[in-house]
Amino acid sequence: MAIIRDGIPPFELFRPTSVEDALTLAKRLGADAWLLAGGLDSLERFKDRIIQPKAVIDLGAIDALRGIRRDGGDLVIGPLTTLTEVQHHPDIRAHFSLLAEAAGEVASPQIRNQGTLGGNICQDTRCWYYRSGWDCYRAGGGTCYASEGKDGQNREHAIFGIEGCAAVSPSDAAPVLVALEARLIIQHAEGGREVAAEDFFVGPETDITRLNVLRPGDLLTEIRLPATWANATFYFEKVRDRPVWDFPLVNIAAAMHLSGDHINKARFVLGAVAARPWRLPKVEAAVAGTSRKAAAQTVARIAVDGATPLAHNGYKVILVRNLVNRAILGKKNA
Amino acid sequence: MNASILETIRPAGMTRRQFIKSVIAAGAVSSCGLLHFKPAGAAPKTSPEAVERLITLSVNGQQRRVDVMPQETLAQTLRNKLGLMGLKIGCDRGECGACTVLIDDVPHYSCSILTHSVRGKNVLTIEGLARSDGTLHPLQQGVLDEQGFQCGYCAPGFLMSTLGYLKANPNPNRQELAHAVSGNLCRCLDYDKILTALMRGAEYMRKG
Repeated sequence: MAIIRDGIPPFELFRPTSVEDALTLAKRLGADAWLLAGGLDSLERFKDRIIQPKAVIDLGAIDALRGIRRDGGDLVIGPLTTLTEVQHHPDIRAHFSLLAEAAGEVASPQIRNQGTLGGNICQDTRCWYYRSGWDCYRAGGGTCYASEGKDGQNREHAIFGIEGCAAVSPSDAAPVLVALEARLIIQHAEGGREVAAEDFFVGPETDITRLNVLRPGDLLTEIRLPATWANATFYFEKVRDRPVWDFPLVNIAAAMHLSGDHINKARFVLGAVAARPWRLPKVEAAVAGTSRKAAAQTVARIAVDGATPLAHNGYKVILVRNLVNRAILGKKNA
Repeated sequence: MNASILETIRPAGMTRRQFIKSVIAAGAVSSCGLLHFKPAGAAPKTSPEAVERLITLSVNGQQRRVDVMPQETLAQTLRNKLGLMGLKIGCDRGECGACTVLIDDVPHYSCSILTHSVRGKNVLTIEGLARSDGTLHPLQQGVLDEQGFQCGYCAPGFLMSTLGYLKANPNPNRQELAHAVSGNLCRCLDYDKILTALMRGAEYMRKG
């Protein structure tokens, strides 16, 4: 195909400086507008003509959307805060090192310098059929090229929650926000709403065409970390093909409140195994009230309950089992 | 071509050779424009926030007036409009790092940021490193002394990533520096020598 893919097709560009202006624009332009944060996921798809917005609203000039502050018991992170800033922020490192660690594992230094926390959790899936413009379910078509038929290339795809679409959430920060019980503030010209991180992300059973609840005109304005899991015992691990600069094959974010070796309460969330961060409520229930060692022995099987691996991603089942084990025991003791 | 026709349209004070060169250059620039961009069309302004195309960029310490389309990436502006060909457009997808420049001292992939997003910020490209008398930047001198690169296509990106990292950590160990340049790829697979060269450059920078 003789498409020159090096330039981006024209669009109208807006650079509002306030949330109010951005919301007014987003409402007026509706589905014609694309909201741009760091732009790393977006520009790639503009170049490939997978998305061709009539207008782009660059949020980069809105100072109110960046930075990290305290508000009562919450730590409030502006969604335009870069991943590098999240990685190095003293408050995050001190109390929510899980998030700092995950942010530091994303992609490459240049991408962390520009990519934002909001953009990282709102990025679209990496499924190559979808990203290459195939007419799959997620793109509004009638099949899933990755999981239906014997030739589907699905090594990186889902093992949980496959209902039509087998694409996975590629984010390293998303499972962390679910584990930390973050709350997300979404503004719209006609009013705002607060959504728990767990409900922000959606699977194909809810909406096969999107990975989160944002609708045209919506703007994510705050990511709030409550004190619930501050200073807990954390575990983050990202398994990928290369030691740096890669998307996760599987990642895990875990938070545990311990008394000595005794687990009082825990959250376990996996990434890159389903279209949304995949929480393990059965594991959480099983480990509460036991010692770490006893917990590790009992949960290996239930961690992968309901897994339906595809032709080429059975290894993810084993990875999940081992990662949950390591999250409970810590890397040294696993 | 009829020489007398050239004579008649040639501006006064320009040699024939200069004039022919300028015509060729202008043709090349305009055809590049057609290749890379479609005209922005006559979309009417719908809001006061829509960006102006004629903007001033701060590049290598100079204020450069330039006409920038809304959809233009910084790499395109720097290479195609400001003539800064040091950065390379390798993958144009934020993967290879050959287009790395510093924006307010921080390494970015210039292929993956809109030029309009860097208004009011300081852009530094590889051309801004050496002094005007030609003296190389210590980082460049280190790379030269160690002959760190084979083909060199990725070198400007590696140097800019390193420079940005050294501002935060001027005395890295080899592993730290390797991590700092992990967003840059070398197709000659010359990473070991590149690291040696960059470490040498970092050492020269510390000595001043």
